[in-house]
Amino acid sequence: MSEAQEFKHIGQRTIRPDGHDKVTGRANYAADLALPDMIWGKILRSPHAHANIKGIDTSKAEAHPDVFAVATHADIPNSDAGGVLNILAKDKALYHGHAIASVAARTEAAAEEALALIEVDYEVLQPVMSIEEAMADGAPLLHESLMTKGLAEEPTSPSNVASRMEMNKGDIEAGFAEADVIVEREFRTATVHQGYIEPHACTVRYDEDGQSMIWCSTQGHFGVRQSTADILSMEQSKLKVIASEIGGGFGGKLGVYLEPVALILSKKSGRPVKMQMDRDEVFKGSGPGAATRNKVKIGAKKDGSITAMEAHLYYESGAFPGSSPLGPGCMTVFTPYDVENQYVEGFDVVVNKARCAAYRAPGAPQSEYAAEMVINELADELGIDPIDFRLQNAAKEGTQTMYGPKLKAVGLVECLEAAKNSDQYKTALKENQGRGLAAGFWFNVGGDSSVVINMNQDGTGTIVEGSPDIGGSRASMQMMAAEELQMPVDSLIPVIGDTQSLPHSNPTGGSRTTFATGMAVIEAAADVVSQFKERAAATWNVTPDQVEWKDGVAINTSGDGELTAAQICAAASRTGGQISGRGNINAQGAGPSFAVHLADIEVDPDTGQTTVIRYTAIQDAGKAIHPSYVEGQFQGGSAQGIGWALNEEYVYNKDGLLENPGYLDYRVPLASDLPMIDTVIVEVPNAFHPYGVRGVGESGIIPPLAACGTAVSKAIGIWMTELPMSPPRILKAIQDKS
Amino acid sequence: MAKTHVTASINGDVKEFLCEPSDTLLQTLRDELGLTGTKEGCGSGDCGACSVTINGRLVCSCLVLGVEAEGTEIETVEGIGASDKLHVIQEKFLEHAALQCGICTPGLIVSTKALLEENPDPTEEEARYYLAGNLCRCTGYDKIIRAVMDAAETMRGGA
Repeated sequence: MSEAQEFKHIGQRTIRPDGHDKVTGRANYAADLALPDMIWGKILRSPHAHANIKGIDTSKAEAHPDVFAVATHADIPNSDAGGVLNILAKDKALYHGHAIASVAARTEAAAEEALALIEVDYEVLQPVMSIEEAMADGAPLLHESLMTKGLAEEPTSPSNVASRMEMNKGDIEAGFAEADVIVEREFRTATVHQGYIEPHACTVRYDEDGQSMIWCSTQGHFGVRQSTADILSMEQSKLKVIASEIGGGFGGKLGVYLEPVALILSKKSGRPVKMQMDRDEVFKGSGPGAATRNKVKIGAKKDGSITAMEAHLYYESGAFPGSSPLGPGCMTVFTPYDVENQYVEGFDVVVNKARCAAYRAPGAPQSEYAAEMVINELADELGIDPIDFRLQNAAKEGTQTMYGPKLKAVGLVECLEAAKNSDQYKTALKENQGRGLAAGFWFNVGGDSSVVINMNQDGTGTIVEGSPDIGGSRASMQMMAAEELQMPVDSLIPVIGDTQSLPHSNPTGGSRTTFATGMAVIEAAADVVSQFKERAAATWNVTPDQVEWKDGVAINTSGDGELTAAQICAAASRTGGQISGRGNINAQGAGPSFAVHLADIEVDPDTGQTTVIRYTAIQDAGKAIHPSYVEGQFQGGSAQGIGWALNEEYVYNKDGLLENPGYLDYRVPLASDLPMIDTVIVEVPNAFHPYGVRGVGESGIIPPLAACGTAVSKAIGIWMTELPMSPPRILKAIQDKS
Repeated sequence: MAKTHVTASINGDVKEFLCEPSDTLLQTLRDELGLTGTKEGCGSGDCGACSVTINGRLVCSCLVLGVEAEGTEIETVEGIGASDKLHVIQEKFLEHAALQCGICTPGLIVSTKALLEENPDPTEEEARYYLAGNLCRCTGYDKIIRAVMDAAETMRGGA
C-alpha cells in the first residue's frame, strides 16, 4: 500500500447497487414481511419506573377469542441467558416501558385489546433517576445484590454503582504543579436516543423440526441468532436469521428486544408471529444513549503547552449494570492530546431508565465534550487560537495513549490545518453569533468478517457478505471487489447473506464494515483471481505464475492466449468445478479516525433560540472508497451531534415516567433546522488496510457537542456546561448573568 | 364491527378493498394492499415516512383512515417513475447519494414530488421548510436538499 496507489474504481461516486430498490419503495425492511397465517405480537410495558412485580394474571388475556399465545418471563426457556431480564421482566420492573408480558393475536388491534386484560400486581417503589440520587446514602437499590466492581477494597454492601475504573499515565499532580493556568468544569449531558426512523420489528416462524426463522432489522444478524438461540436454548444451526434492509441503527440495533419474545410466541402458538414497536415503545423500551455528569480539569503553561489532564466521569447505565459505554468514554477522553500527565476515573451507575445501548462512538461524545469545552476555555484564558492550541498539543504518530497503544500515523494535525484553511474559519461573525471548534477521536474496530464471492457461469459475480448495510456499504464492497478483480463494478452484485449462508460475522458497528468486511472482500476477490489464473494455466498447460490477470482478462505470458472472466467461468465445470473466492478474516489494524468540526451559531437573546448558520465537518477517512457516502457519514454524525447539543433529551416527570416518547417532543433536527454541512475528507492512509481505509461512521458525532457548546457560549458570553442547550436553558443562563 | 367496502384509485389502478373503520390508510396500504413502500416511522404524523398524496394533496397516511380513501386518487412511492425509467427525483436522489439507510426515502420522494408540483422553483429555504415534515436521521439533509434542488432545475428544463 502506498499513497501513490492508483485506482480505477476506488474514489469514484458510483450509484449504489441497492439504490433503485430504495427510491422505488421496493426495498424490504423489518416490518415489510408478511407470512401466511401470520399473527401479531405486542408487549405489555411497565407503567412504573420502579416496582416489584408481585404477580401477573394472564388468564383473561388467554381467554380472549383472538389470542393465540401469551408469554411472560416464566416462558423463557433459559432464564440465565444474558440480558434476559430486559427481554421480559421477572420480579421487578426497572423502568417506565420495561417489557412485562406479551401476547400474540389474530390482529394487532386484538393483541392490544388483550394486553389491557393482563393484570399485574405492582408494588411501586421510589425511582432513582439521576447519578446523584443513585449514589446518595440510603438510595433505593435497583439490584439488591449489586456490588461495585473495580474498587480498591471489596465493598461490603450493595449499591447502585456497578463499577469503577481508572487509568493514568505520567504524574498528574506534578503536571498540575507545572501549570500556569488551570480550568476545571463539570458538565452534564442528557439521556438521548439514536432516533433511527425505522422502529424495531421482526417476523418469525418457529419450526420444531427444522429451521426456525427470524426476519428482522439488525446491525448484526449473527448476534441476533446467538442471543435468541441462547434464550430459547436452541442450537444455532436450527435458527436462520435474515437481516432485512435496516432503517437506521447507530448502535441501537445491536441487541435483541422483540426477536426472542416473538419466537417464544410462535413456538407457543404454532403460527408465524410479527411484532413491531410503536414509536413510543422505541423511545421507552429500546436502548438510549447514556446521560453523564463529567468533571474535567486541564492545566497548561503560558506558552500553550498542556501539562496535565484529569477527568472524573459518571455514566448512567440505565436499569442494568455494565450497559453504559463508560470504558470507551474513559479511553477516548484525552486521546486527541499528546500530553504526558493524564488521569481518568469513571463510574457506571444504574438508574431507573431504559437499559443503555450503544450510540455512535459510544461514550466518546459525552467525555470528549467535557474535555473539548475545557480546552476551548483554556485557549481563551491563554489568549491562544483554539486551532493553534490544539496543533501545539495534538496527538500524532507515536503519541502514547492512556489506554495502551502508541498511535500509528493519524490525521488530527491535517484535520486541524484543514479547519484553519476552511472558508468557514475565515468568515467573520456578526452580533449574537459564536463560533466553536472541537476535535473528536474514535478507535474504530476490526474483527470477524466473512465474505464469499460466487462467480456465475457468465462471468458475473455475487459478493455475499455478512455485514448488514446500514448506510451504503454495499457500494463500497462492490467497488473494492471490482478494483481487485479488475472487472466492471456492475458485474459484481453484493448481497447480505443470512446466518446459514456464511460463517459468523461481527455486526455493523464500531465503524468496522468498510474497513474489515472490505478487507474480507479484497481477500475473497484475490482468491477468485488466483483461481482464474489456475484455470487459465490449466487450459494453456502452463503454471499459474505464467498467467497475468489484467483488466479482467487472463494473459498467457509465456505464449499466446487470453481468457476473459466470462470464458473462464463458462468453462469452469471442465477445469475443476465452479469458482468461488473466500475471505473469512479477523481484521486487525483498524486505524483511528480523528475529526475536527466548526460550528457557527446565532442565539436570539430574547428567546434563547439557536440557529446553526454554518457548519464544517473535517475528518480523516484514510482512503475514501465512495466519497459521497463518506461525506454522508460526516454530515449525518454532525446532524445527530447538533441535535444532542441543542435539543434532544429524555424528559422524565417526578415519578420517573418518560414524558416525551415521540418525535414531536423529542425533537431531532429537521431539514429546516440545519444549514448545508460542508465537508473536508482528509486522507492519511491506514497502513493496515490494503487501500488505506479507516472507518468513518462514528467520529463525526463527537465534535458537534463541544463545537456547538462553544459556539453558543461565545454567542452569549457564558460558558455553558449542560446539554441540551435548549432555548429555556440558554435563556435562563442569559437572565442569571444579567 | 363490519368492515367497510372502499373503492379508490391507487397509483392509477382502481382497487377495491375492505377496511376496519379504525384502520389507518397506512395500515390499509401496507397490510391490506401489500404496498409496503410507504413506511411507518411514528404513527403520529411527526416523521413523514408514510407520506402519500390524496387527490394531489400531501398527507401522512398514518393520520388518514382507510375508509377516507373512498372515491379518491392516491399516489404512493410505488406510483412514481416507470418500471423502466426512474423519475428525475429518484435519479437525483441516487446521483447525490441522498439516502443512507433509505427508510425515509419513499416519503421524501413523495414529498419532493408534491413540493415541485406546487413550486417548481423553490429556494433552498423553501425546500427545507416544505420537507421539514420528513425526518431523516442519517444524512443531515445536505445531500437531500442538493438532490431536490438539482431535480427542480432539471424538471424546469435547465442544465
